[in-house]
Amino acid sequence: MAKIKTSKLSAGQRTVFLCHGTGCVSNEAFAIRKAFEKSIERLQLTDIKVDFTGCHGFCEQGPIVFVQPEGIFYAHVSLDDVEEIVYSHFRDNKPLERLMYKDPSSSEIVPYFKDINFYKKQRHIVLRNCGRINPERIEDYIATDGYQALQKVLFSMTPHQVIDEVKISGLRGRGGAGFPTATKWQFCHDAPSDKKYLICNADEGDPGAFMDRSMMEGDPHSVIEGMAIAAYATGATEGYIYIRAEYPLAVNRTKFAIKEAEERGFLGKNILGSDFSLKIHIKEGAGAFVCGEETALIASIEGRRGMPSSRPPFPTQSGLWGKPTNINNVKTLATVPLIILHGGKSYSQTGTEKNRGTSIFALTGKINCMGLVEVPMGTKLADIIFDIGGGIPNGKKLKAVQTGGPSGGCLPANMINLPVEYEAFANAGSIMGSGGMVVMDEDTCMVDVARFFISFTQSESCGKCVPCRLGTKQMLNILENICQGRGNITDIDLLQNLAQSIKVSSLCGLGQTAPNPVLTTLSYFRDEYEEHINDRRCRAAVCTGLVTYSIIAEKCPGCGLCIRECPVQAVTSSGKKKPVILDQSKCTKCGACFNICRLGAIAVK
Amino acid sequence: MNYLRLNINSREIKVKPGTTVLQAAQASGTYIPTLCADPDLKPHGGCRLCIVEVKGMRNMPTACTTIVSEDMVVNTETEAVHKERRSVIDLIIADHPMDCLTCIKNQRCELQDVAAYLGITERNLPRTIKQKPIDDSNPFFTFNHNYCILCQRCTRTCDEITGVNAIEIINRGYNSKVSTFGDKPLMESICKSCGECVARCPVAALVAKNSIMPTSKIETTCPYCGVGCMMELGIRNGKIVSVEGSRSSQANNGRLCVKGRYGIADFVQHPERLVQPLLRKSNTLIETSWEEALNIVAQKLSAYSGDQIAVIASAKCTNEDNYIVQKFARSVLGTNNIDHCARL
Repeated sequence: MAKIKTSKLSAGQRTVFLCHGTGCVSNEAFAIRKAFEKSIERLQLTDIKVDFTGCHGFCEQGPIVFVQPEGIFYAHVSLDDVEEIVYSHFRDNKPLERLMYKDPSSSEIVPYFKDINFYKKQRHIVLRNCGRINPERIEDYIATDGYQALQKVLFSMTPHQVIDEVKISGLRGRGGAGFPTATKWQFCHDAPSDKKYLICNADEGDPGAFMDRSMMEGDPHSVIEGMAIAAYATGATEGYIYIRAEYPLAVNRTKFAIKEAEERGFLGKNILGSDFSLKIHIKEGAGAFVCGEETALIASIEGRRGMPSSRPPFPTQSGLWGKPTNINNVKTLATVPLIILHGGKSYSQTGTEKNRGTSIFALTGKINCMGLVEVPMGTKLADIIFDIGGGIPNGKKLKAVQTGGPSGGCLPANMINLPVEYEAFANAGSIMGSGGMVVMDEDTCMVDVARFFISFTQSESCGKCVPCRLGTKQMLNILENICQGRGNITDIDLLQNLAQSIKVSSLCGLGQTAPNPVLTTLSYFRDEYEEHINDRRCRAAVCTGLVTYSIIAEKCPGCGLCIRECPVQAVTSSGKKKPVILDQSKCTKCGACFNICRLGAIAVK
Repeated sequence: MNYLRLNINSREIKVKPGTTVLQAAQASGTYIPTLCADPDLKPHGGCRLCIVEVKGMRNMPTACTTIVSEDMVVNTETEAVHKERRSVIDLIIADHPMDCLTCIKNQRCELQDVAAYLGITERNLPRTIKQKPIDDSNPFFTFNHNYCILCQRCTRTCDEITGVNAIEIINRGYNSKVSTFGDKPLMESICKSCGECVARCPVAALVAKNSIMPTSKIETTCPYCGVGCMMELGIRNGKIVSVEGSRSSQANNGRLCVKGRYGIADFVQHPERLVQPLLRKSNTLIETSWEEALNIVAQKLSAYSGDQIAVIASAKCTNEDNYIVQKFARSVLGTNNIDHCARL
């Protein structure tokens, strides 16, 4: 049995870590790292190292600079700030307060990472290495007990024992449906075949969701190790990582990680000297949302148009090229090494009875702290929104939370004590999905939200089955009519019936869940639909067809800002220092005047 | 052979393993509406009309994609099934031109059949249809996207049966449509104009040009080449007005090529077609009897034998004709100089 050469993280040495996740990289994090290197070299601060990590999950604070071992967290660092940090923090040993994280609720400066509320209330199990190790250095992963689980599996466990351990952990698929992982593995293991495949589903298509991307960018080796263990347990000898081509950084890091793992003997022929071999390929998706559905994903790998097919047969019976295929989500696979290393029982301590472990959400919308959030299953939505997310900005009130991406549901503010659990979400009409969480305040129109999500699923429907292709179009047309003030009261029943039919008769998960935003808004916010139709009124003043802008004469000094801003010359002057005039027949309700006016002299109804 | 037992609408039936619920129902005479299923194509599950209730299965599976298992209990006619089928057909109708009376497929349209079976008497949903382009580039058939219901029988035929893959679905969502590589007109694609897709289109999206309803049908063998495809000629007023492949024929299993399907009527009814032997007398061709023609040929051929003569046969002749030609060359003319044009 080959011994893994272990290494240690450079603990103790003072290191400047640049976040090199997509968010920070798009804000010049590469250049900032170079600037740090140059500046530190120039000052001959030889004991200070410059390094990078994957995503910290707090992308809105990016570019993030993290100084270890003291644990100081700098936010919004720009190229111009580098010198100042280096001089102040490293030469003069005075951490630079100006760039430290400021809590949005209390406006207090929080110097240390460990004290930031956003992180304090999270539990990083799957994201354990993201933001902590260099994803392009396999030694870093090995130093965090990486590939120990694979070694344990290959030399001291049978595939049955591996599956049993995962069963004890209670792990459920993190792709959204929550199917027990061990059961799926067992099906694939039991399917008789000369060849089996393993697929890692990294086709993260939900708008605004980026947990899979962050995993692949920040800790690709834990996914690869999880794949190797899953392949060993199910009998697969070839694996695919199906990843979005729109994630170039993740694709490159994963490619590099596979190469590193192969060089070290963690992948390829006779892994670590055992009889077990696994070849992993990368397949880049062509940007279709539906390819996250497992049968469409398989069709896409096979070179066909990404369209789902009926199940049964399930992929575990007949999948890629007709062979038994086990498909797991990135997060599911990244969890596996931990379960093997510390035992299923240890993993199952986190979470609730039917929902073990943690769940990751991409928290976004009208919330103070946006980003990736990992919490134990069973955590209340309120804890995520208020404790981690820091509540709603500008003193507004919470109106709804949309979970599960475009096919999830909108849960009203009075349900925020709902625990994060597959069943609890399903009973409320929503889904866990891949983990999108959009927070909405009172400025959000729920009819418009339903319209937005249906327009997404409609344009991403593959076109194969009638209910999804034509049913979502019908729903979209009706919702557009309502939003433009052309709704009819019978539309509500029509929407309800259509939504229910599409849910029952669609071929795949896309169609079966597409009506969720409509059904949940209909049941929790029916009064808003009725208002749109009966009173021709949008209380959030979002639906342009129902909104009227007017000038509040007492407040308008006739400064003329809005006259310049109006794209259709609907606002005109009535003389110096006199209120402007708004011609309703010309107004396109774009809201430009409203947004530009600093005196609150434009009313919107 | 092992048989599986299943129960469809309280009737016990036995089928071979691997049979789908749809096939089992059809074999036992139970009608299940469908628009995308075709006996020659793999199950698709796209139109969702053949949904049934199967005891122990969640949701309503499609009969075409569900394989029969022992003691399966299937119900094809429950109220829940009818409700979902009606909502599916409502969606299709809202997106289909409502011009049945003037439609070329009137009374031969499978959408009409299914709508009638489900008792649809009015349009229940707002219209979603918008004007779509018509591909008129092919000389033999028209692709009118306005009528297309995206059952994909055409694309699957082009893939599974002919292996040409000239057409596939492009775009997504409501904008999905059947098209060629690069969304070019059919004539600029690799389409071989065989018309297999036209034969399987359940509606008036793919229709042969100049096709009218025949009053009678005649089964015959295609005269174009030696394969011997059987075809059904549709006759009206003594003229060929339509051509279909015969499903019962083992030579072609109902398939035809562009020549058989679209070339027959033209040449059979061509005014210049030879119907009598012609004899050249002082540089003009004059109609003559078969007897006289054959006598002259026999008389002239008997002047040669062995290496003095060669025989060239035709790919247009049947196998039997070509066999006789070589037999004649070898044993009557005494020559091995026999060849074949090998091309049509």
